[in-house]
Amino acid sequence: MDLSVRIGSLVLKNPLMSASGCFGYGLEYADIVDLSSLGAVVVKGLFLKEREGHPPPRIVETPSGMLNAIGLQGIGVHRFVREKMPELRRLGAVVIVNVCGSSIAEYVEVTRILSDCEGVAAIELNISCPNIKEGGIQFGCNLASTGEVVAAVRRATTLPLIPKLTPNVTSVSSFARAAEENGADAVSLVNTFLAMVIDPETRRPAISNGMGGLSGPAIRPIAVRMVYECAKQVRIPVIGMGGISSARDVLEFMIAGATAVQVGTANFVDPFIWSTLQAGIEDYMTRHGVARVADLVGTVDF
Amino acid sequence: MPPLDVPALVLRNAHLSPDYNVLHLEAPAIAAASQPGQFVMIRTAAGTDPLLRRPFSVFEVLRDAAGSPSGISVLCKRIGPGTARLYDAAAGDRLSVLGPLGKPFSLVSPPAEAWMVAGGVGLAPFATLTEALRSTGAPARLFYGGRTRADLFYLDWFASRGVTLDLATEDGSLGAHGRVTAPLDAALRGRAAGAPVMLYACGPEPMLKAVAGLARTYGCPSQLSTERIMGCGLGGCYSCVVRVRDAEGTPHFVRSCLNGPVFNGDDLVWE
Repeated sequence: MDLSVRIGSLVLKNPLMSASGCFGYGLEYADIVDLSSLGAVVVKGLFLKEREGHPPPRIVETPSGMLNAIGLQGIGVHRFVREKMPELRRLGAVVIVNVCGSSIAEYVEVTRILSDCEGVAAIELNISCPNIKEGGIQFGCNLASTGEVVAAVRRATTLPLIPKLTPNVTSVSSFARAAEENGADAVSLVNTFLAMVIDPETRRPAISNGMGGLSGPAIRPIAVRMVYECAKQVRIPVIGMGGISSARDVLEFMIAGATAVQVGTANFVDPFIWSTLQAGIEDYMTRHGVARVADLVGTVDF
Repeated sequence: MPPLDVPALVLRNAHLSPDYNVLHLEAPAIAAASQPGQFVMIRTAAGTDPLLRRPFSVFEVLRDAAGSPSGISVLCKRIGPGTARLYDAAAGDRLSVLGPLGKPFSLVSPPAEAWMVAGGVGLAPFATLTEALRSTGAPARLFYGGRTRADLFYLDWFASRGVTLDLATEDGSLGAHGRVTAPLDAALRGRAAGAPVMLYACGPEPMLKAVAGLARTYGCPSQLSTERIMGCGLGGCYSCVVRVRDAEGTPHFVRSCLNGPVFNGDDLVWE
C-alpha cells in the first residue's frame, strides 16, 4: 500500500501534516508522537524576530469549533534554526516552516535564512493570518500583493514554496492561480475564517483581540468546497485543511482535490490522532482496492 | 513520564453542592505518575460540542485495597456547558483523560512550613500536596476561602490529616468575614521571626496577586498555580499564556501548560 504523495520536488511518506500554529515547533509532541511518522511537520509561523502575541484570552470555543487570536507569538527564525532544528533533524521530521513577514523584504529574509538551514524541507508562506495588524492577510487579500510576495520569495529559494491562502476573499481560487503563476509549487488552504464572539452579559468580545480565526469541524464543508474549487483551477498540488478530525475527513479532502492535508484543531483534542488517521486511510484503501493514495486525489464523482 | 490518554471509567460522581462535584475516575497509570500540582485534560463529550478538553488539577490520588494508585479524582465547579456535563456524569460513563501534565509544586521539608491558600475551586491541587507533605513532615496549614460556608468542602479531610485550617467566607457564614487573604496577612504578621514559610496558592487571579504581594511583603517564597483558558494542555496552541519575567527581568508570555501551571510568585507579572 503506497501512502506517499508528491508536493513539488518533495515526496512525503504519507499525506498527513500538522497545521501551522496547532503543533508548536513539533518538539512539544516528540514524547508522544513519532514526528518522523508524519508526512511533514509544519511548525508555527516565524517572523525574523521574536513576537509576544496578543494578551489572553486568546481562544474561545464555538459550536464544533474554536476562535483564536494568538497573534503569532514566536521565537523568531534565528532562535528556531539554533534551538529547534537540531532536534527536529535528529528525530527525522520532515520540516515545513511557516514563514511570516510584515514586508516583502522580511518574507524574503526569513526564507533565505531557512533555505540555508539543513533539514528545512519546504516553505509555507503565511499570507493569510487574520489576527495581526500588518503582514499576513494584507498580502493574501489582494491579488497583486499575493503575486508580488510569492514572486519575491520564489527568487529567494529553491525549496518547495507553498503559499497558505485565506478563505476571507470572494474567490480563493483566483488567489491559488496568482500563486501558481508566480512560481508556487503548491498552495495550502484554508487558513481560519475571520469571526467574532461577543458575550451579551458583558457586551465585550470573548477574546482580547476582538476578532479571531474560526477553525474546527464547523468550517469543514466550506473548506472542502474551496479546496474543490482551487484544485480545478490550478495544476500545482493543493494541500487541504479545515476541521479535519477523522480519516473520513482526510479522504473527503483528497477526493475533493487535495494531494495532502493538514490537521490542526483536532490535534488539540486528540494528540494521538495521527496513527488513527493513518490506520483509517489504510482501511479505506483496502476496502476500496486503492493501491496508491495519490490515485484518490480529485476523484470526486461530480 | 509522557502523558497518556485513557478512556477512564467514572467510578463515582459525588455532588458536593448545586455547583461543585468530585468525579472519581479509574486511571491507574495516570494516578501513579501524577505529582501534586499537575493536571489532566478531560473531554467532556465524545462528539464535537463542546469540542475542546477542559483542564483540571488532580484532586486526589485514589488507591485500591493494597494501597496502589488506582485512579484520580477531580474537583469540578459547574461554569459552562463542559463542566455541566461533568456535573451530570454518571458512574459507568467513560471520559477521555489526558495526563499527567504540567510542572508540579516543589515540596518543602521541616523546619519550613507549608501554607496553602485556596479560593473556591482553587482547593483542587491541595489534597495531593497535603499527602505529599506528610511524607516530608512539613507542618501544613490551609487558608481556604469561599463565598459562603456551603462553598467550603473537605474540611474534615484536611483536618484529619493534621492540616491547620484557617477559613474565610465573603458572607461571614464560616470563619473570618471577607477574603481569605486577611487571615493569611494576620498569620504572616504574627509568625515567629525567621520561621520559614512556603506559600502555595490557587484561586482567582486577584487572590493570587494578593498572595504574591503578601509573599513579597513578608519575605516568603511562593508557588502559585495559575488558571487559564487552555486549548490543548501540551504546548501546541499557545492560548494559556501568562506573563513571566525572565532571568534578565524582561516580561514574556509563556505557556502555563508547559512552564506551569505552578509558577514562582516573584516571576509572575500582573496585568
